Amino acid sequence: MDRAATAEKIAGIIEPFNKKGVEITDASTFAGDLEFDSLTVMDFVAAIEDEFDIIISMNQQAEIETYGQLIDAVVKLQG
Amino acid sequence: MTDLFSKFDPLIELRTNLLAHGQEDPFNLVMERVISPTEAVCNGRPTILLGTYNYMGMTFDPDVIEAGKQALDDFGSGTTGSRVLNGTYAGHRAVEDALKEFYGMDHAMVFSTGYQANLGIISTVAGKGDYIVLDIDSHASIWDGCKMGDAEVVPFKHNDIEAMEKRLKRIPEGAGKLVVLEGVYSMLGDIAPLKEMIRVAKDNGAMVLVDEAHSMGFIGPNGRGVAEDQGVLDQVDFVIGTFSKSVGTVGGFCVSNHPKFEILRLVCRPYVFTASLPPSVVHTASTSIRKLMHAGNKRAHLWENSRVLHQGLRDKGFQLGTEKAESAIIAVIMPDLEKGAAMWEALLKEGLYVNLARPPATPANMTLLRCSLCAEHTAEQVQTIIGMFERAGKAVGII
Ligand SMILES: Cc1ncc(COP(=O)(O)O)c(C=O)c1O
Repeated sequence: MDRAATAEKIAGIIEPFNKKGVEITDASTFAGDLEFDSLTVMDFVAAIEDEFDIIISMNQQAEIETYGQLIDAVVKLQG
Repeated sequence: MTDLFSKFDPLIELRTNLLAHGQEDPFNLVMERVISPTEAVCNGRPTILLGTYNYMGMTFDPDVIEAGKQALDDFGSGTTGSRVLNGTYAGHRAVEDALKEFYGMDHAMVFSTGYQANLGIISTVAGKGDYIVLDIDSHASIWDGCKMGDAEVVPFKHNDIEAMEKRLKRIPEGAGKLVVLEGVYSMLGDIAPLKEMIRVAKDNGAMVLVDEAHSMGFIGPNGRGVAEDQGVLDQVDFVIGTFSKSVGTVGGFCVSNHPKFEILRLVCRPYVFTASLPPSVVHTASTSIRKLMHAGNKRAHLWENSRVLHQGLRDKGFQLGTEKAESAIIAVIMPDLEKGAAMWEALLKEGLYVNLARPPATPANMTLLRCSLCAEHTAEQVQTIIGMFERAGKAVGII
């Protein structure tokens, strides 16, 4: 799946997690802008993993700070 | 002033606010005198202990104490060295033999704490390119073991068999896999469906490590833990345990049937680069472990205590961590940290000590009052405890 299609799917998945309705750009950070706590991160990551049938290990999660980085990582992990 | 400690400011503020309400500090209690496994003098008051991990009440067992005293006389106060240099005494071998017998396993390796056992085994067994699949509610020592090693770390939702299976199936072909589970999860006192989880792990070619810290001595026909109770102990590659709970002293261990297990003594850094346990500790531990093999009556009484307290607190209207008593830990869910701290203090004034647990140690940001029962609590003490909870709960406005 190319970046645009991946981004579109992720946009759909993140919606219910974006409780405050923050406007999301590639530069939005999960901890800062989106205020995701550790529980939200876990559920959100699980949703992404299930949708794309991939694993995003904790090691990889540590490298992902922004929404754009997440999309890039998911594109890459789909191989 | 801004320095390296500035990151702790929010926590310092939270603590200051809590204590400003005139509360005794829940994380600074001193037990001035310990009378028995179930009673002590805390902050000047005679207190029933319901917040220790002394499940089997072994800390004042006369044989255990005698073994420790004898070892002090015979072997001195400490080993002053690592297990692989000058730190292996007869007592270390003896306690490893006791563990092998207790679990019916071929190998046993003793660490200075259970924390180090998890740190050492997990970080050494799972290396670069391997995958660790673990429950999200795992103990800090398991997480730290993951962090210390070079494996890819993949958590799954607590006790969710399907979530675990999905992740195992997504691991690249050929990668080594270690599934890490606990028998009893100590925050809510719930147990894992080990039978199903271990079957799924094995079907997917993973090795399995189970931390049985809170079940040893108590759960299972021989007190070997939840895996024994569910009939799957023979499928477990590594059991991690501790001497700091049912055994009644300090220390940690791993037991295994793996034919190459002994090599870990040379490559496991938290085993090699720290001093071994003092002789008195290993002698008290092996005496205690051998007595725990034959503690069927105590196990039965502890189950009874656990069930009575669970039912009693439920009947009074408290919200509990599990539907039924699944272990010797009964977690009472508090509405928030402030009420939890107030309840903790009210109980202490009643003469009852429980654990106050709060995030991040707890799942789902809960504040908990954790009660852990002891086989030495009498049936009367359990009734007294229920009465104390009722009075304190009404005073604080929780029930
Ligand atoms: C599940 C679990 N594993 C390991 C440990 C560590 O044990 P120890 O106190 O021996 O370091 C504990 C206790 O804190 C625990 O609850």
